[in-house]
Amino acid sequence: MKIAILGFGSVGRGIARIVAERETGLVITAVADSKSGCIDNNGLNPLEVIRAKEETGLCGKKGVTPEYIIKNADYDALVEVTPTNAETGEPSLGFIKLALSTGKHVVTSNKGPVALNYDELSHIAREKEVQFKYEATVCGAIPIIQTLQYGLAGNKVKKLYGVFNGTCNYILTRMADERLTYKQALLEARELGYAEADPKYDVEGIDAAIKLVILANTIFGMKKRLEDVEITGICSLTSEAIELAEADELTIRLIGEIDNERGTLRVSPRVIPKDHTLVVQDTLNAVTIETDLAGEVTLIGRGAGSIETASAIISDLSFISNCHDRSS
Amino acid sequence: MKLEIRDTPGQLVAALKPISDLGGNIKSVIHERDPLNDSGFLDVRILLEMPEGKIRTLTDSLKEQGVNVLRINEERLLIRKSVILIGHLLHTDLSDTVDKIDNTGFAEVGELSMIMPSLNEPTSAKMTIISENLTNLERAMNILKDIAEEKNILIVEPLEDF
Repeated sequence: MKIAILGFGSVGRGIARIVAERETGLVITAVADSKSGCIDNNGLNPLEVIRAKEETGLCGKKGVTPEYIIKNADYDALVEVTPTNAETGEPSLGFIKLALSTGKHVVTSNKGPVALNYDELSHIAREKEVQFKYEATVCGAIPIIQTLQYGLAGNKVKKLYGVFNGTCNYILTRMADERLTYKQALLEARELGYAEADPKYDVEGIDAAIKLVILANTIFGMKKRLEDVEITGICSLTSEAIELAEADELTIRLIGEIDNERGTLRVSPRVIPKDHTLVVQDTLNAVTIETDLAGEVTLIGRGAGSIETASAIISDLSFISNCHDRSS
Repeated sequence: MKLEIRDTPGQLVAALKPISDLGGNIKSVIHERDPLNDSGFLDVRILLEMPEGKIRTLTDSLKEQGVNVLRINEERLLIRKSVILIGHLLHTDLSDTVDKIDNTGFAEVGELSMIMPSLNEPTSAKMTIISENLTNLERAMNILKDIAEEKNILIVEPLEDF
């Protein structure tokens, strides 16, 4: 199956490297970053494109735009891994719409368009009989979407809750283990590259809330927006609060929660027993799905990172290529 | 519960011991000597809190001690929920916060432990609310949430069902 990659940052390059090194059955015919692009309908050499990007900062020729590639390159699936914009979803929303409308499958790691416009995008995909996949948008490498859509098919999900943000989990782990203050732990997370220079998006619970909105709208058929989520972040937590919890063998974690029966979404710091399955260490994510037939199912894994995100993208592509690729 | 114990030294302590051994909490002990009663036995009334389902074990072990359980009345199930509060708890009148729960008549603050930080830093406290049933506990929690919003206090609730 032929793929075109939009966005050639660490995730885009991670995907190219996997395609170069493994038997995936995938051929990259086009790549674009924000300034340049390249097309070879017979297949690009992924390692050469990576080298060009790392040496010159450009993956191809200036003037070869994402729009040009979407319209002109020969590909079956568009891999859309441009930087995310949670407020408007642009420019990736436009790229995804354009590719779906021209009858191409789309795989994305972009939370914005999925959280904001899933109904419209899935409608276009259905009409054009193509696939729109977004496993990488929620919990990185954890196959949560696949599990909910296929693995637990036939079950009624009552509740779904867990740790959706690795940065917050790292900060809370360090506050508990080393008695660090919130500020010290945040600083450490920044130094290790786990937190952005502006950590607001993570520590205020917005990132976790967007993931809940994606699951609520795409899996449970709700019509939620970010404003519908009751959000409390971890910024006001004190080391004394964690100390009080620890005295009773408890700790504190930032928990995202979808109550499918009540139709409510909530992100908040919660007191939880230290030996609870969801108390994972460092930057890990963990999600428990409460179902009527299967009982509780918990998934634990890495929620961020370029190779982890690439893993989710490759998994979506393999699914399309195995189940839906009309060319094969 | 009302007990009948032998009127000899050490018997009262022997009767109370199984309660604490089973994790119970004695709220009051009323033990009056009746001058007209010379049976050599003494009636004792005890108000206590026990973990759910332990009452039967308690009566069994009391019988082993030679204590007669005359009556168990008003068995009330107590539900508790502990939350952590973070904010300027003292500056926002902590006793008022506690009173507002205690004055409901259907719930009370059972426990409160606090860690005082340096001046002007927010205080952290663990508060346990006790009530007879889940509905009233939730009602008390909602009152606490309203107070917290008004006083700008963060409530960290337990993850349900653990």
